[in-house]
Amino acid sequence: MIITEKGLDQHTQHWPSRLDNVTAGDVERALSRPAGTYSLEKLLALVSPAAEEYLEEMAQQARQLTIQRFGRTIRLYAPLYLSSYCINSCRYCGFNKDSKSERKRLTIDQAAAEAEIIAGEGFRDILLVTSEDKEHVGVDYLAELAGRLRGSFSSISIEVYQMSESEYAKLFAAGIEGVTLYQETYDRPAYDYYHPAGPKSDYENRLAGPDSIAAAGMREIGLGALLGLTDWCIETLALAEHAHYLMKRYWQSHVSFSFPRLRPARDVERSSFKHLLTDKNLAQMITALRLCFADAGLVLSTREGADLRNHLINLGITRLSAGSKTNPGGYSAGCDSTEQFAVDDNRSPAQVAAMIREQGFEPVWKDWDSAFGIDH
Amino acid sequence: MTDKLVIADREFQSRLLVGTGKFASCEIMAEAIEKSGTEVVTVALRRVDIENENDDMLAAIDRDKYLLLPNTSGARDAEEAVRLSKLARAATGINWVKLEVTPDPYYLLPDPVETLKAAEILVQDGFVVLPYINADPILAKKLEDAGTATVMPLASPIGSNQGLQTRAALEIIIEQANVPVVVDAGLGLPSHAAEAMEIGADAVLVNTAIAAAADPAEMAVAFKLAVEAGRTARLSGPGAVSRRASASSPLTGFLRNK
Repeated sequence: MIITEKGLDQHTQHWPSRLDNVTAGDVERALSRPAGTYSLEKLLALVSPAAEEYLEEMAQQARQLTIQRFGRTIRLYAPLYLSSYCINSCRYCGFNKDSKSERKRLTIDQAAAEAEIIAGEGFRDILLVTSEDKEHVGVDYLAELAGRLRGSFSSISIEVYQMSESEYAKLFAAGIEGVTLYQETYDRPAYDYYHPAGPKSDYENRLAGPDSIAAAGMREIGLGALLGLTDWCIETLALAEHAHYLMKRYWQSHVSFSFPRLRPARDVERSSFKHLLTDKNLAQMITALRLCFADAGLVLSTREGADLRNHLINLGITRLSAGSKTNPGGYSAGCDSTEQFAVDDNRSPAQVAAMIREQGFEPVWKDWDSAFGIDH
Repeated sequence: MTDKLVIADREFQSRLLVGTGKFASCEIMAEAIEKSGTEVVTVALRRVDIENENDDMLAAIDRDKYLLLPNTSGARDAEEAVRLSKLARAATGINWVKLEVTPDPYYLLPDPVETLKAAEILVQDGFVVLPYINADPILAKKLEDAGTATVMPLASPIGSNQGLQTRAALEIIIEQANVPVVVDAGLGLPSHAAEAMEIGADAVLVNTAIAAAADPAEMAVAFKLAVEAGRTARLSGPGAVSRRASASSPLTGFLRNK
């Protein structure tokens, strides 16, 4: 467990003062270390206030390293929202069980029809998303849907409620190869505040989730903190410690990081959050993580606007979603069910691909094969 | 020039094999391939839609001009590599495969145990197998015994551009091999490629160093020339390396007048 192995609780309390004490010399030393290798001290220097002055140099190094490791390519994927029924009470989410919004759940046929629209836009990489309610979208539902989608998609991953290792193993056998599970926040008191009820309210259980994902054999583990709940520097350090722990222990699973910043959502007042990140903060976080993890996937969704996304593909981002609908049934015409959050980049997948090409990168629709993992 | 590279009874003029990942576009890739003078182009099966002739990347590779060499990059064990190879052969008729079994997703280092297992199965099944391996002389001999067409030891971790970090082991592999030795992975500069050819490699495979260059087509030319220079140097029999003779003989000078 990461808490004991990394001493997470003992160490986090010292991080704020250590961050304040970082000097320009510390940052320069961190930048002189081989790009792409991790140590807590190095990341601490790179996310510190002192490193803000070095953002251009961090960006230059991050870009060069990313091109060396990933080439001039950006992977594209699309999310498919399956259901908005939820038994959790996360205070930042539009699908919160206490929210009065109408709920919608796609049947497997409806979900497959939505997926066909996504495939028609060129995607071969799909992310199945649902809120937590096993009555509406259970493990069997996901396994059956994955079976239906395998012909059209070379990579199927999920961003759903936390499961047991045996449930993940069942989905892996069904052809799902990646799982994204955000801790949301690594700060215990903040976690308890934002998750007052429901299965998700147990901090330590949540933190053990990626262990189950990796132990089940999943190829890709997506980590992230919902940015804006607490201080981003501290979250970044905890996130990196978590990733480092997983990489050492589960050496066959690939870790990626996502950067979900809080977005406006139904019944969620954004101004009540005191730790919102500026664009500059976000850029510092992305480049700092790249300089510590050469080969980690760095994922940016349509929570961010077009202009910022255009720039961030030069700072280490390797995967973008495009044309996303965050409401169940959103890809079919005439459906206006409640969104999980408001999308800020409304360009079509073709427009995003064109932007990627204009910047000298190749948009990559397929970088996996359904022949991996399961026998046909 | 009669100096030809022969792999599984097929002759090649060029000793430079080229990978297709990491390019900014298929057009840039196609130009770099053309300029490199290569005759063998490897493609990751995970990256292309092998059953679709109109796949962007596949369409950019002229199959009349280049041998398309599918690779199993991403395979975690022998079973996955074998399955992927068979699907590719069924779709294309190509029975050559660059065998890559890389369970570690970060350094993409090849698994020796699973690679040998997969090679044995694929050779039995009629494939021409070109296995990607660490620079391990014993493994190279075992693969040769299993019937692989080449061995492809790495110079340094893939994509790292670090050059011949495994030189001492590569020299042993080259000395002992009865199949062509293709140095694969980690060659970051044309001088690295030339060095590999000078120590006796039969060919090299380059991808990142060309694809990630500011001008991939020109870098492809540079690698072409370096491989030719290294090969010519090898065949020319380089002079012995020695330090200049010392002007005095501090230990034995006293014998001169005896």
